[in-house]
Amino acid sequence: MPNAIVCRQLYKQYPGKPPVDAVNGLDLSVGVGECFGLLGPNGAGKTTTIEILEGLLEASRGEVEVLGKKWGQADDEIRQEIGISLQETKLSEKLTVLETLTLFRSFYRQGVPPEDALGKVSLEEKLNARVGKLSGGQKQRLAVACALIGDPKLLFMDEPTTGLDPQSRRQLWDIIRSFKDSGRTVLLTTHYMDEAERLCDRVAVVDHGKVIAQGSPRDLIASLGGEHILDFSLMNSNGDASLPSSSLMDLPAVRSVREEDGIYSLAVTEPHIALPALLDRLRQTNRELSNLTTRHASLEDVFVTLTGRHLREGSPTA
Amino acid sequence: MKNSPIVQLTLARLREFFREPEAVFWVYGFPIVMAVLLGIAFREQPVDRVFVDVQEGPHAEAAISSLGAIEKFSTRKCEEATCRNRLRTGKTQLVVVSKDGSSEGFDYLYDPARSDSVLARKETDDALQRAAGRKDSFPSEDREFKEPGGRYIDFLIPGLLGMSIMGGGLWGVGFVTVDMRIRKLLKRFLATPMKKTHFLSAVMLSRMCFLIPEVLVLIVFAAIAFGVKIYGSFIATAFLILLGSMTFSGFGLLVASRAKTIEAVSGLMNLVMLPMWMLSGIFFSSSRYPDAAQPFIRVLPLTALIDAMRAVMIDGASVFSQIHHIVLLAIWGIVTFVIALRIFRWQ
Repeated sequence: MPNAIVCRQLYKQYPGKPPVDAVNGLDLSVGVGECFGLLGPNGAGKTTTIEILEGLLEASRGEVEVLGKKWGQADDEIRQEIGISLQETKLSEKLTVLETLTLFRSFYRQGVPPEDALGKVSLEEKLNARVGKLSGGQKQRLAVACALIGDPKLLFMDEPTTGLDPQSRRQLWDIIRSFKDSGRTVLLTTHYMDEAERLCDRVAVVDHGKVIAQGSPRDLIASLGGEHILDFSLMNSNGDASLPSSSLMDLPAVRSVREEDGIYSLAVTEPHIALPALLDRLRQTNRELSNLTTRHASLEDVFVTLTGRHLREGSPTA
Repeated sequence: MKNSPIVQLTLARLREFFREPEAVFWVYGFPIVMAVLLGIAFREQPVDRVFVDVQEGPHAEAAISSLGAIEKFSTRKCEEATCRNRLRTGKTQLVVVSKDGSSEGFDYLYDPARSDSVLARKETDDALQRAAGRKDSFPSEDREFKEPGGRYIDFLIPGLLGMSIMGGGLWGVGFVTVDMRIRKLLKRFLATPMKKTHFLSAVMLSRMCFLIPEVLVLIVFAAIAFGVKIYGSFIATAFLILLGSMTFSGFGLLVASRAKTIEAVSGLMNLVMLPMWMLSGIFFSSSRYPDAAQPFIRVLPLTALIDAMRAVMIDGASVFSQIHHIVLLAIWGIVTFVIALRIFRWQ
């Protein structure tokens, strides 16, 4: 498979006291026709990475190739073939949707008519509406239409659904899927694991400016050893409530254990074997359950297992 | 043609502007309001009345009857303290004080720094001396001189045009560019194949489009309301306006080249505009400032623009006679542009 994006040993240091290493030796290759996700918490270096790939920032070090060309040598050719949706752009509120798209269309040698771009994001009925009158989700779809107006081969999207309501998010996912289905490439960043799981063929989990795991969402989840998670917590009735995580490792079908704020999460291969064994163990040691749930493992579990932290600070394991 | 990026970018700017009613008022309405107010405040009123207070004293009644016989004097009799207070607060122009006891005649209390006070002293003295029997050496007749172009409003309009060109250039280019940077729109444009030269050309082009109505409104209004005429060539006037606008667009681009917030660019714009508002002779001739300050005032671009416009519009001077001003404006424009392009930050 030919590569749409290759980057090797990418470094980006922002000056400061002390200097900040936003990207710290990042390697990436995205195949043509792939939907690739950069998944990581805020401040992991996702936006810096994508902006270097978009040619908006210059890397401190490292090699970048986009559609087989290098920034600094063939900037105009690359820009003609990529579409970009930035994390936040306030398009001119006083212009209409059609005027905005006509403006963007004028920058490209080749592209699609504004009406077609609007059709792709299901915004045809807003053709003559002022941008200021659109809802948040509609504005974001217009931003995507602006990215599609040059008929790009490669689409960059920086947190495309952050701050949108569930319905708008699903609409955007459909737009991205149909773009990918036409055989073209998407690189997106997100801190929503469900977004990465549903949309991406492959994801790179990014933390502290490095890729700490890479692969299809299914493979990454499988790497936990168990595709199911048992979450439980204990009643704090007797003084000796704490249960060493290690003491649960020998239960059948349990592949990994972690404990956080009194909530134990077991990655298990077969819940129908692990669950009775767990209940037996608790009874034997005279402990009472206060809560117990089972669910499928997610990329969030992958991230927590790898880093010990959550993707989004303050949010519980969901 | 219609799909050229320059045309589209310019159209976008024009649409954004004309769909913002407040902006339209400040750019087009404000100079007119200013011209009306100043035109009214400084309208030419013949110096017909002289306000004189007569301080209570032995000859007060004589003075009042002598002056009261002449139409242009408004007299009033009051006590010393009241007279002094009225003179201090500008309610009267002169205080006539009777000489003590036996001596005949009057003394005058007035403020030699106030021209109306000086004038009142002269008029009153003449009237009182004549009443006391002084004879003129020969009879004289007053003839009125009224030449067009000599009124304050004639002087003011080129100043207001210059002010409007300066403000428009700085706001129209500087403010708008920073606003687009804050909205990340500059960055978004940079992510497309748009050429930077196209963007900057469109900024200039839209500025020129705004300029035409801006200037016309003021000139036409002044012509209709105050009968202000352009005595020199229209083409020369238009050329100066265009050149001035380019120069101040350069300043606009320079103040906008790095600023990341509206506050920063507003501060920079005031830093550029304030000295010129005060020194460049919008409302009164800049030659009133001390000689030591003149070399500095002369090199300010707004001084050059306004001086050249007054020369062409009021005195009917040829554009070639203003070449020193024109060269100065061009240098300012080029220098600011080049620096702005060098240091311009797109994101």
